[in-house]
Amino acid sequence: MSDRILGGTCLLLSMLYIYFAAQTQVGFISDPMGPKAFPIAVGVVLALAALYTLFKPDPEPVWPHLGRFGEIVFAVVVMVAYTYALPEFGFVISTSVTAGLLSWRLGAGPVAASIAGVTIAVGIFVIFRLVLKLSLAIGPWGF
Amino acid sequence: MDILASLGDGFAVALTWQNLGLALIGCFLGTIIGALPGLGPANGVAILIPLAFTLGLPATPALILLTSVYFGAMYGGRISSILLNIPGDEPAMMTTLDGYPMTQKGQAGEALALSGVASFVGAFFATWGLVFLAPQLVKVALLFGPAEYFALFTLAFATLGGIAARSQAKAVIAAALGLAIAMVGVDHQTGVPRLTFGEIHLYEGIHFLIAIVGLFAISEVFLFLEHPNGSAPGDARAKLNRLTAPLPMLKKTTGSMARGTVIGFLSGVLPGAGASLGSFVAYTLEKRLKDKEGTFGKGDPRGVAAPEAGNNAAAGGALVPMLALGVPGSGTTAVLLAMLMALNITPGPLLFTQQPEVVWGLIAALFIGNVMLLLLNVPMVGLFVRVLQVPAKYLMPAVAMVSFVGIYGLSGSTFDLLVMIIFGVGGYLLRKLDVPLVPVILGILLGNEMEKNLRRALTISDGDLSILWGSPIAITIWVLAILGFVAPLLVGRILRAKKSAIVAP
Repeated sequence: MSDRILGGTCLLLSMLYIYFAAQTQVGFISDPMGPKAFPIAVGVVLALAALYTLFKPDPEPVWPHLGRFGEIVFAVVVMVAYTYALPEFGFVISTSVTAGLLSWRLGAGPVAASIAGVTIAVGIFVIFRLVLKLSLAIGPWGF
Repeated sequence: MDILASLGDGFAVALTWQNLGLALIGCFLGTIIGALPGLGPANGVAILIPLAFTLGLPATPALILLTSVYFGAMYGGRISSILLNIPGDEPAMMTTLDGYPMTQKGQAGEALALSGVASFVGAFFATWGLVFLAPQLVKVALLFGPAEYFALFTLAFATLGGIAARSQAKAVIAAALGLAIAMVGVDHQTGVPRLTFGEIHLYEGIHFLIAIVGLFAISEVFLFLEHPNGSAPGDARAKLNRLTAPLPMLKKTTGSMARGTVIGFLSGVLPGAGASLGSFVAYTLEKRLKDKEGTFGKGDPRGVAAPEAGNNAAAGGALVPMLALGVPGSGTTAVLLAMLMALNITPGPLLFTQQPEVVWGLIAALFIGNVMLLLLNVPMVGLFVRVLQVPAKYLMPAVAMVSFVGIYGLSGSTFDLLVMIIFGVGGYLLRKLDVPLVPVILGILLGNEMEKNLRRALTISDGDLSILWGSPIAITIWVLAILGFVAPLLVGRILRAKKSAIVAP
């Protein structure tokens, strides 16, 4: 079933892709092939392979339980929130919270996870910002 | 002896204190990355590319740092194969067959030392092979026109799934997805935006580093979240009594290493074969030739030496097509290609003629890295073994955060980080569905180059498609591409059956 969904999704994607590729505005000066042909060809190849997968699926992979799926969705939400938090709260605070949450969900106890989060954040800040002078997100407090 | 003179120049470039220091740091980091559970050479290097890039190192030192990391990771991968029976990456799988039984017999130290020496031998002689073979291939490649290059890119995609590929349809899906992503952005030849949906951030296209880090590193974090408590690897507290290989053992395995090296190098050069096939064939041949007393699979040192030499030689051999043609033949070389492109270096025949100092500096760095790894590995293996015990619950958050730092450093844009997370989710789903990630990466890396060559060819012929198969070289490449695509359907079935028959007991 998973493979059929994959095939169906890729087929739909390829249709959309070909449609949007065909919308490309072509100027009056162009080479014989133009900017549309190659993306459309790629879309066609994708569609063919998707059709094959749709009709001849492989054995079902082992999917995690619903609860574990929830963990992955939670991790995605945390990461997205992190990207928005970076400019607001600066690198060290955002990273401590994010790394701590991830560590907690990976099985560390709350106290150990908080320590791990702060250690990771401060460690990265010291190595990459102070020693290697890399640009990190700087919040209102400068760290 | 042009080649030796060039190699000498390469050493002159590479042998500065700064570069030697970088090589040492790279080897050290690489071995740790390779030894850590859940971080193979591909994703380890992927995380470090953006960092090396934002550090603003010049091309040659950055190359030296990253190739050292890469080779180090190949070395480190075997540590978990031998001690934990968990191969760090696919080519290291064959090492588990005799390596782990040696650990069970209390010979873990010997197995580690022996595999270190075998890795060195394989990689060292393969680098010599690279030195002599690559310039020959460059001479052929200089005759290539755009039509031949287009055929060559197709060959790379057709064979990339590898000879043991499970499903060719999924490899095609992966390649098409990669190419489709590469098309996003302003068209280089006519200047019109394609598939950008008016989003300004997409005009420059999607940077391949964002895709690689997302697909490899972030998706790894999700894979670990699947299991409660981050399923820590087994107990690594194997006793290490001695960390050197006894001389008789080395003598006994000399032949195994030599055969493994030759087979590994050849399968590395062939498109699509790669390191997995190299170590597989090396092990099988060794078993057939030498297994008179039935000791293979029960901790025979020759069963460790042959596949280790084989997979490291294949890693060197795979660099031949990557450097000379600009077309990687395996997943690991695809990451190296990404590294070169991040440094604004395009591999291929022109690189050898226009920037010889980069090529030969890189090759010299390979030699230096090899020697350093051997010296580093023998006394410090105890430290690397301890690294194995870092639990995933602390390691994976750190990996995720370093990935974010690297991508943020590229552009400082939140948009890029979001795109990386999307790639992470996509990579997780594709991995679960058994869709290979490497063709996706290669599609993103080579897509624009492939289209450019096709369009150039058609501009030359004024739209006549027959130019694509208009020369003997082009026809040869097309035939190879078709063979390479069809072969796994026939050979793969036999090979897989055999592999599982050997691995199962």
